[in-house]
Amino acid sequence: MTETLFEALRLVVVVDYQLLAIVALSLRVSLSALAIGVLIGVPVGAAIAVQRFPGRGALIVVLNAMMGLPSVVVGVIVYLLLSRSGPFGEFGLLFSPAAMIFAQTLLVVPLIAAVSRQIVEDAWNDYAPELTLIGVRRWDAVVLLIADCRFSLSLAALAGLGRAMSEVGAVMIVGGNIDGFTRVMTTAIALETSKGNLALSIALGMVLICLILMLNALAYGLRCWALRRVG
Amino acid sequence: MFPLRVQGLAFRPERQTVLQDLDLDLSGDGISVILGPNGSGKTVLLRLLSGLLAPSAGRIDWNGRDQPNGRLAMVFQHPALLRLSVFRNVEFALAAQGGERAARHARTREVLERVGLAHRLDESARLLSGGERQRLALARAWALRPRMLLLDEPTASLDPSATEAVERIIREIRTDGAKILMTTHNLGQAQRLADDIVFLADGCVQEHVPVRRFFSQPQSPAARAFLQGELPWRIAFDR
Ligand SMILES: Nc1ncnc2c1ncn2[C@@H]1O[C@H](COP(=O)(O)OP(=O)(O)OP(=O)(O)O)[C@@H](O)[C@H]1O
Ligand SMILES: [Mg+2]
Repeated sequence: MTETLFEALRLVVVVDYQLLAIVALSLRVSLSALAIGVLIGVPVGAAIAVQRFPGRGALIVVLNAMMGLPSVVVGVIVYLLLSRSGPFGEFGLLFSPAAMIFAQTLLVVPLIAAVSRQIVEDAWNDYAPELTLIGVRRWDAVVLLIADCRFSLSLAALAGLGRAMSEVGAVMIVGGNIDGFTRVMTTAIALETSKGNLALSIALGMVLICLILMLNALAYGLRCWALRRVG
Repeated sequence: MFPLRVQGLAFRPERQTVLQDLDLDLSGDGISVILGPNGSGKTVLLRLLSGLLAPSAGRIDWNGRDQPNGRLAMVFQHPALLRLSVFRNVEFALAAQGGERAARHARTREVLERVGLAHRLDESARLLSGGERQRLALARAWALRPRMLLLDEPTASLDPSATEAVERIIREIRTDGAKILMTTHNLGQAQRLADDIVFLADGCVQEHVPVRRFFSQPQSPAARAFLQGELPWRIAFDR
């Protein structure tokens, strides 16, 4: 056991080119999914927070439930969509980083939208009487509230990042864990564990956790810096 | 829009009675100050007039119409300032009215100049002091060129010099042609600003008289008790 740990530490310290490539692809896939997820999820969440329409309550329940969407299920759905015989089969995207980004985007959009909806709705409850009296239209209120809540909304983004970086089911199915092409940290960990390379698994796991920690520390630092200027 | 005539107004949420059979006539100029004890329904009355609350009974008649046909603005006791710059906090209100960008920006600068915040345009509104926040909220309402401005305790928890600044702004807005209806617990302020006093107690208007008359010869027992209640405090303070 201790031997395995030492070997894991050695692997972390000895920077390995292959490992770097895997880390880079993980970051590329998850950060892309996050960016698209924020661009879609935040406005959708904010719009649901401010607008009133029939079926709104049901939509919120579904959205909140989708925060726990199993990633393998999303993987299977995207697999069916992108497979040769599927509706988007002609693009030949299956087993590519693009497919992985697509799958992770589907995972993080509901999460980001659900968290954003709650954050923006709380702000809207505070501001609604004044903004309404001023004559701000609902759609303009959506934009104003996103700007107003931008610091709290960064938490929605971080939750999305955590979800994307840590999931394995979807990228495994639609990416195929192809060495040097679609292998990311989580799929590599799953593979190495099944092959019995526990030291390598643990090393990869430590790197992954450090990576998520570093991204969160960066976000936290940025937020503190901005809050000091904006209040 | 004026005269504004309120008849038989009631607000009874869930078995409680806040306002009951309230009558009030207001002309279109000057500053009217609503006085009354805590919980007498001053804020509720402003919210009913602004349309934010619906009355349980009675009617609000804006010179023969159900809705005011001039602009109505309101500054809340705790104004909602967005986590944006001082400038943007005024500009978004003008943007909601439409109109040209250049004109909006000019108007924003103008009102911020007049409330003494011109040098802080780019600062975050959330970092302003209480007095500055109140001035910013007044500037936002003023920018809209209201025909009637409702102010809910505009100087609560401000120090004397900040209060003085806010009172000066209120007078200027009145001079610009807005009818002002405000609440306050500061009797000195009521004497300084008011043309007439609306005294609210037990859910209705007990007295609506010119300011001098109210402080020299209050007619209703409730108003006399209210002014006497303030007296010990004033004597202690003056000493
Ligand atoms: N939207 C509302 N729904 C139900 N009850 C309300 C509402 N707003 C206020 N009330 C009740 O109406 C009563 C009067 O409140 P209001 O805020 O108008 O008093 P006020 O005269 O402004 O007091 P203060 O001087 O403390 O500001 C209170 O008992 C309050 O709980
Ligand atoms: Mg009040």
